[in-house]
Amino acid sequence: MIELLTQPWSWWFSGAMIAAIMFFLLFFGQSFGFSSNLRTICSAVGLGKTDKFFDFNWKSQMWNLVFLIGAILGGFLTKQFLSTDVPVQIAQSTIEDLSKLGIGAPESLQPAEIFSLEAMLSLKGFMILAFGGLMVGFGSRYAGGCTSGHAISGLSDLQIPSLIAVIGFFAGGLIMTFLIMPLIF
Amino acid sequence: MKFIKFLLLGIVFGIIMTKSEAVSWFRIQEMFRFQAFHMYGIIGTAVTLGVAGVALIKKFNIRDYQGNPIVFSPKDKSVSRYLLGGSIFGLGWALSGACPGPIVVNVGYGYWAMAIVFFFALVGTYLYDVIKNKLPH
Repeated sequence: MIELLTQPWSWWFSGAMIAAIMFFLLFFGQSFGFSSNLRTICSAVGLGKTDKFFDFNWKSQMWNLVFLIGAILGGFLTKQFLSTDVPVQIAQSTIEDLSKLGIGAPESLQPAEIFSLEAMLSLKGFMILAFGGLMVGFGSRYAGGCTSGHAISGLSDLQIPSLIAVIGFFAGGLIMTFLIMPLIF
Repeated sequence: MKFIKFLLLGIVFGIIMTKSEAVSWFRIQEMFRFQAFHMYGIIGTAVTLGVAGVALIKKFNIRDYQGNPIVFSPKDKSVSRYLLGGSIFGLGWALSGACPGPIVVNVGYGYWAMAIVFFFALVGTYLYDVIKNKLPH
């Protein structure tokens, strides 16, 4: 059993588990949308006093912050107990494409060229992380949701706005991957 | 105590995201380059089961654990905010290789660089609020 869990999980099992998380949250009277937490944290640190957008009863979102803390713990527990730290088995064609950008083949979960402490403390590395985060935060609030709120919850409810948002996610992702990344890496 | 179920669900979510490798920058690149089925399989399975389950909840008026109806509120009608906001999100998703959930899961896994991504995601959320009246919605 443990051996089965420590291997990388199949796509179908992972997808089914994500759907299960969404249904459990619905059953507990909430909905699956992770990026709301970003707004809640802005409000909780006091931005709501001066600003209408963050002036809402953020304590009603406490359940989602607890879910966020759980997610951090989940990452930690996986690293400690369920990880074999095998390199991510990505397609050979992806490895070849990334090598042209100066990113080596996977040796663990993430590329050291972007996520090592060394990269993080270099100017270029820091800028990549900062701009990536900035656009994720800005875009998810502008679009009113992220992958969980739109691609999973919204599409499950057949909502057209969510479909448009997901098309946007891909438009942005393709522009970054094929047009911008070759310039900055 | 009423929050413990959300803590447990969050823990399971963090484990799923890590073990499915959906938290990996490599997997996101592979997805945007259309070079593997993995990420499409994960999202496709979740959405397929999600559509079926939500339809059943609506058809049979299934209630939550406290007996309240499960309501799905329709999102505001618009094209520009979803397309523009979504595209900006997509730019960040491809660059940092993580959306908000996986960002924090990565921090838990020990990738401190993701804490920078998370901090700037908060800054981005704040920035949206500052200039939102000037944006098409």
